[in-house]
Amino acid sequence: MKPLEIADLNFSYGGPPVLEKVSLEVGEGEFLGVVGPNGGGKSTLLKLVLGLLSPDSGSLKVFGENPKKSRRRIGYVPQFSEFRRDFPIAVRDVVLMGRLSGRMRPGPYSAADRRAAVTAMKGSRVLDLKDRRLAELSGGQLQRVLIARALATNPNMLLLDEPTASIDTSIEESIFELLRDLNKRMTIMLVSHDVGFISRYVTRVACLNRGLVCHSTSELSAKGLEDIYGSPVQLIDHHSHLPTEAPE
Amino acid sequence: MIEFLRALGSQTFLQYAFAAGILASLGCGVMGTFVVVRRIAFLAGGIAHAVLGGMGLALYLGYSPLGGALVAAVAAALIIGIVSLRAREHEDTLIGAIWAVGMALGVVFISQTPGYNSELMSYLFGNILMVTSGDLLLMAVLDLFLIIIVGLFFRQLQAVTFDEEFSRLRGLPADLLYLSLLVLAALTVVLLIRVVGLILVIALLTLPAAVAGQWTGSLGRMMGLASILGAIFTTGGLALSYGPDLPAGATIILLAGSVFIVSTIFKSRRIRGRQS
Repeated sequence: MKPLEIADLNFSYGGPPVLEKVSLEVGEGEFLGVVGPNGGGKSTLLKLVLGLLSPDSGSLKVFGENPKKSRRRIGYVPQFSEFRRDFPIAVRDVVLMGRLSGRMRPGPYSAADRRAAVTAMKGSRVLDLKDRRLAELSGGQLQRVLIARALATNPNMLLLDEPTASIDTSIEESIFELLRDLNKRMTIMLVSHDVGFISRYVTRVACLNRGLVCHSTSELSAKGLEDIYGSPVQLIDHHSHLPTEAPE
Repeated sequence: MIEFLRALGSQTFLQYAFAAGILASLGCGVMGTFVVVRRIAFLAGGIAHAVLGGMGLALYLGYSPLGGALVAAVAAALIIGIVSLRAREHEDTLIGAIWAVGMALGVVFISQTPGYNSELMSYLFGNILMVTSGDLLLMAVLDLFLIIIVGLFFRQLQAVTFDEEFSRLRGLPADLLYLSLLVLAALTVVLLIRVVGLILVIALLTLPAAVAGQWTGSLGRMMGLASILGAIFTTGGLALSYGPDLPAGATIILLAGSVFIVSTIFKSRRIRGRQS
């Protein structure tokens, strides 16, 4: 059963189409990067995959089921730059939230939950930060904590929204190294407006601007990007950086 | 101050007032924390003011005004909560309308109730010196209820307050938890009405928690410190107002407001000190 199958999907917020005839499959163990300009529908696509929105037409299946049903198998990592950091909470308690479920069991977290949280924090290398307050974290650290929270849900697929927006290049690199490690265990899909970095790590890039054009990394060409971004894009060596700057 | 302590030893009404302050501070510490971190002070204010409608109606029909307040608070919380979930873009306008209409209803009902007009001021600004043993019992029951519910479902309430979207994705009933939070806040409003009145409720609900939030790193500790601060403010305000015969509710709020300002200045100095 494929982690994600989208066929002929259309979506609009009642106005002009946001996504048009999008078809996309993500196979087990893949590391897919969805890139595209801001306003190209990336966040909308994520919300559809999570079942927070429903398509106007076409089909969308997550692990062969309606996303509302199967979204608990997805570890979701929201955009950390939009996250409130002044909330009085320690890292450990944020990660433990990944253990909650709809059963509304009263009382404290169980010992098993706590063990799972420790494993998750080890997995994204934030165990030494467990007692820190959220307000004391750097952008890169917060991103790792949110990844740990997603890991604590024991996901089959990790879904990340702009994981490296507004963090330093060196930290960006370490986040991608971490994701590459995690990719050995699970499928990963991420969206980013930044084409540069991700092509070094992902197995496939999908370019989204209303419609969807898919490439494997090695096929990613200046022509394809031009079609997506609507203006000429400079393409540099595949193995260091792809197009330098994507126009907004 | 000595005069206050001596009177506290001998006067029942002062002992009741003191107990009311302590009971109120428990509720305001626990629920005030949620109101502050979830940033729903405006919603809580709307609920508090709309409560006057229920109190006025209860008086007019000859029931206990606090009972009317209880019913009105829960109703206002549910209406405001559903409005804010359904009509996000008009939320502030609708809350403002409920706020004002509730108060207007209350004023009309009270004006039509013979002999009760003098009580209007005590609903609006509180009269902690008039607390009865029945009020204390109601307050204790409300406190117990709040603390049990929050204690049992602390993890879930914390999660929806922190990150509603993620909680929803985990399968938590986020809307239900949000409405429960508002209903609990509404019960707290009723708890505080006797002490500071419904106009000043919002200050006692937010100020202790806001100060506590500046100095603590977890929701639980914030609740604890906010409760302690609330007890200090109510007791201190009561003591300060006793000698010069000032209105107790207003004095309590002025004390809380002063501490908030001082705490904010200290906090920002410390942050600036760390940065330079």
